[in-house]
Amino acid sequence: MSEPISALNHASYDGIARVEECGLQGMITLRGDLSDKVLAKAVKDATGQKMPAQREALVDGDTGVCWMSTDELLVLVPYAEVEAKLAAMANALSGTHALAVNVSDARAVFRISGATAREVLGKLSPVDLSAEAFQPGQIRRSRLAQVAGAFWMDDAETFRVVCFRSAADYAFNLLKIAAQPGSEVGVY
Amino acid sequence: MLILNCPYCGVDAEETELAAGGEAHLKRFGPGSSDDEFHDYLFMRENPKGVHFERWRHANGCGKWFHAARCTQTLEVFGTYSAQTTEPPQEIKDAITAKRPGWVWRDFS
Repeated sequence: MSEPISALNHASYDGIARVEECGLQGMITLRGDLSDKVLAKAVKDATGQKMPAQREALVDGDTGVCWMSTDELLVLVPYAEVEAKLAAMANALSGTHALAVNVSDARAVFRISGATAREVLGKLSPVDLSAEAFQPGQIRRSRLAQVAGAFWMDDAETFRVVCFRSAADYAFNLLKIAAQPGSEVGVY
Repeated sequence: MLILNCPYCGVDAEETELAAGGEAHLKRFGPGSSDDEFHDYLFMRENPKGVHFERWRHANGCGKWFHAARCTQTLEVFGTYSAQTTEPPQEIKDAITAKRPGWVWRDFS
């Protein structure tokens, strides 16, 4: 077997914030009726988290669950466990109108950390990233310049950004430019 | 800049996150309908100066389609509502009536 490698293989950049590609992250897209108890139990078994409410991200390290839309969740699991977790989930959901798919290799994940992390992302997304509007525990699907991206905060100074793997290089270049030394705006 | 509240994810999304989907509440005339009905369904669109109903998709977001009621003249937004309906809900109609008494749009008023 060939060895799986993430899109940019842990590339990183230090500017006004640190931008790094996180490496491989197991991700399962789960679609179905989010009020379904069977679905909630499948999520709990896979991640230990409860069903997220609207725009909620319940993430601890590389395990968690994010609310993507009214009928879609993003389930995060360690990359090595994704096949096993997916099989367990598919088994649990066999009698339910739901769909679980492994999308790990279709995505790239970045971490932006530092006191000005909000500014770096704020330059790229049409989203209010002030501390009053966006806090850890929330997820926002939006865009990074011209490509789709979703992000949440791990703590007050750290963002994690998910985009399509095919756009990983573009997204990394964007983040690097947004994090150039001397480019602080001082808004947030 | 147009800012619409997505009724599915609750986000106040600005125009660049959205994709316009044309006029709302079209009734489809397909096989079995007359040529005139099919022609009107395909080509005849409202082009009002004032109250208008449109479909929008939160493309760079939750991906859901929704409806918006707004004014084409002032860009004022009266409200957004679910896509799973064939006519605007009463509270949207009331909100428009409060601002634009006597409004008429196709069969709605």
